Amino acid sequence: MASALINVPNKARRGEIIEIKTLMSHIMETGYRHTATGEVVPRDIITSFVCRYNGVEIFRADLFPAIAANPFITFFTVATESGKFDFEWTGDKGFTETASASILVE
Amino acid sequence: MHEQPNSTRRQFLGLAGGATVFGAIPIVTLRPAEATPATLAAAIRNVVGEAEVRTGKVKLEIPPLVENGNTVSMTVSVANPMTSDDHVKSIHVFNEKNPQPNIGNFYLGPHAGRAQISTRIRLADSQKIVAIARLSDDSFWSASVDVVVTLAACTEELI
Repeated sequence: MASALINVPNKARRGEIIEIKTLMSHIMETGYRHTATGEVVPRDIITSFVCRYNGVEIFRADLFPAIAANPFITFFTVATESGKFDFEWTGDKGFTETASASILVE
Repeated sequence: MHEQPNSTRRQFLGLAGGATVFGAIPIVTLRPAEATPATLAAAIRNVVGEAEVRTGKVKLEIPPLVENGNTVSMTVSVANPMTSDDHVKSIHVFNEKNPQPNIGNFYLGPHAGRAQISTRIRLADSQKIVAIARLSDDSFWSASVDVVVTLAACTEELI
């Protein structure tokens, strides 16, 4: 299931600040909702997001139930060299999902 | 003769009062505690410790009037250079009245180039949102915005 959407520029000049947009398809169940019969719906959220640029961690986020469903996160980085961005989401109930994108730096 | 109706009414009121008390307990225990200004302050203390939090540098962009609290776009930017000597280490976002005071922690570094993040959040009520940035010299800067929410998140029941 292609549940991740990543937006990274294909090409960048060396030293350019680029924006990275990520969206992961996930319910982000808060654990504070009840069914009509009064049972609590158990929490099921993504708790952590990491982005690595050629293996080096450049961005990390801790997520809480207050993050909306299908977590959308954008951030910036400096394009230093051609290579690969690796994205990793981990969460409750053993959720783990990865995605990657490559960039050409001139 | 006047004793009888009075005493039955007293009995009835006593029973009704007791029923209310017994009825109230499960409601109180089942409802999740809202994050109050006190828990907000505690959550902020967890991050900043004893350090002083100054107002400024941080810009928190969020619509002041939100129709649907289930998804509210939010951008936090910090007016600070991003060099190895002087940069933003992390950005922390808190709320006042959701069931939990934390919204998210975002860790950056000098390689970010620009200290700016965006995401979409949930808001359970009209409340204050606080963003705090930690700089490389371990000083803390903050901004807060009051948001009015017409349709709250988290409260709807599943069918």
